[in-house]
Amino acid sequence: MTLQIFVPSDTTACSLGADTIAAAIELAAVQSGADIELIRNGSRGLFWLEPMVEVETPAGRVAYGPVEISDVDGLLKSGLLDGNLDHPLCQGLTEEIPFLKNQQRLTFARLGLGDPLSIEHYLAHAGFRGLQHALSLSPADRVQQVTDSGLRGRGGAAFPTGIKWKTVLDAEDDQKYIVCNADEGDSGTFADRLVMECDPYILIEGMVIAGLAVGANQGYIYLRSEYPLAQRIMNEAIARARAAGYLGGNICGSGRQFELEVRLGAGAYICGEETALLESLEGKRGMVRAKPPLPALKGLFAKPTVVNNVLSLAALPFIFDQGAQAYADVGMGRSRGTLPFQLAGNVRQGGLVELAFGVSLRELMDDFGGGTFTGRPLKAVQVGGPLGAYLPESQWDTPLDYEAFAAIGAVLGHGGVVMFDDTVDMGEQARFSMEFCVVESCGKCTPCRIGSTRGVEVIDKIRSGQQPEANLALLDELCTTMIDGSLCAMGGMTPFPVQSVMKYFADDLRPLADRER
Amino acid sequence: MKSAPPSIAAVVEGLVASLKHQPGALLPILHAVQDELTYVPDEVIAIIADGLNQTRAEISGVISFYHHFRRTPPGDHVLQICRAEACQARGAKQLESHIKQRLNIDYHQTSADGRVSLEPVYCLGNCSCGPSIRIGDAIYGRVSPARFEQLLDDMTTQVVELV
Repeated sequence: MTLQIFVPSDTTACSLGADTIAAAIELAAVQSGADIELIRNGSRGLFWLEPMVEVETPAGRVAYGPVEISDVDGLLKSGLLDGNLDHPLCQGLTEEIPFLKNQQRLTFARLGLGDPLSIEHYLAHAGFRGLQHALSLSPADRVQQVTDSGLRGRGGAAFPTGIKWKTVLDAEDDQKYIVCNADEGDSGTFADRLVMECDPYILIEGMVIAGLAVGANQGYIYLRSEYPLAQRIMNEAIARARAAGYLGGNICGSGRQFELEVRLGAGAYICGEETALLESLEGKRGMVRAKPPLPALKGLFAKPTVVNNVLSLAALPFIFDQGAQAYADVGMGRSRGTLPFQLAGNVRQGGLVELAFGVSLRELMDDFGGGTFTGRPLKAVQVGGPLGAYLPESQWDTPLDYEAFAAIGAVLGHGGVVMFDDTVDMGEQARFSMEFCVVESCGKCTPCRIGSTRGVEVIDKIRSGQQPEANLALLDELCTTMIDGSLCAMGGMTPFPVQSVMKYFADDLRPLADRER
Repeated sequence: MKSAPPSIAAVVEGLVASLKHQPGALLPILHAVQDELTYVPDEVIAIIADGLNQTRAEISGVISFYHHFRRTPPGDHVLQICRAEACQARGAKQLESHIKQRLNIDYHQTSADGRVSLEPVYCLGNCSCGPSIRIGDAIYGRVSPARFEQLLDDMTTQVVELV
């Protein structure tokens, strides 16, 4: 019987040598005459085990990892092809690995199961069932489903998706657009990338559903240029979906039309802000627009436009297949459903952890993350990307919930969790926050454009011991000005990490000379 | 402004003609030009401006806004180091110093032998396995200085083979 062996093909697995390992296994099988089928699946999201090789056995898939090229010979000799469980790299049955078993994967249920580009595989695992159901509903009922699910924008702003959709549905216009924000620029996040590289049809399905719901027949995926593999896979998936009738002029024989195109960004973090993204899609500098008008009424090319994050759109197939209530049943308070958290930075077991809202940050970092990679004590955690606050230990018991995080002046953002051990210099991190804003500000508003440059200078003065007390007061004032006076979240939130360092890691902001004493 | 050499002009005119009719065509055109020529030469700005019925200032403004677009030719390999927080937490700053010292260049510079151009990047989405770098379209994770030396060797070897 043909033995199925899986070697992931996503960016992370490949960044650690998965291509070479796949080639070596295939070569060895040819040489030994073993009857194998090597499948390049998507990653399961257990990144600390990547490259993670899986073998199909009668009991289920068995995982080996992290596999290095030097391990391949030994693995084969010790019976990899026979599902031998004795090898030191063997992690047992994949589904039983606690990191995976203890998750609640709704959006990512299919992650890493098979060839990301196989439509047959997608269909065999509940693919396009949500779309089929959506086709049977009226536009208003489609929007109602999303409202009932409680889904809030997963890009970071957490705005209720149903309300945004209803605004677009009610707008009278002959042309409307669905724009997918795939400009996943936050450090510590990779969930959008995993959707696009490992389960691309779920995003296509979600966008078609969105188009049907609000009456839009054209979609754009605005993808960052830092994701070349995601671009190749999405383009291929779109071509195959079109050929199979899931995109184009007659979706699933319904007579409805939806076209989809990937547009590449060009390395500007600000284009993750929705109005800057729209400017960029129109072929302009990615300058933030003043709101109103809302993009829902005057968005791309001044037409009513839904701008949703990849994860919001990827949640739709589940909601439309299993029902809004099934999604709303998990979570806490006003945060319904699941959020795919991403454990990153100095973490022992990094990767994708999809969980219902409500678990504490500490549980996430300990039970799933397993502490720091270096084994040193954890000192600070940045949640929600470069604009998120650095959280000290006293805040790690906060439940992962939009409102609970807002209450401590923090954000969940796009679900990125970046861990730092005790060697980190938080003064340097505060400086970096301002420096990042200098590099990435669109320049439209003064507090962000100039405030960030002054912020770097003031922090440098504090650290070099020039009137540290007076300059700390100045930094405090500067942060307030940026928060209150900036046009968008870039300048308005850059002070969050800085203020958190001033408040909770004040020692690290003292002049370097004092600290060395 | 001096006129473009015929080959470059012809290439860019072709790209503009094939892409100009899509909505918001400028970024797709600039990507196509840079993919083809490795950078966006100053002399093609007028061609793009003509094709889109925009001013040269508008085209220049867009090129200069985006970090991705280059106005001068890069070295044989473009090497990007992730400077973002998740990689910092895993030693990106040390790797950055090592690479700068090893290549004897700073960001936005090309090594004296023309082999490697160094650029910062803010996140490659490989945040559980930092520090990460990108060479061309390939991304590498858990890059220690030793692993970088190996990758640098590979880059150099490949160039020799091509010649």
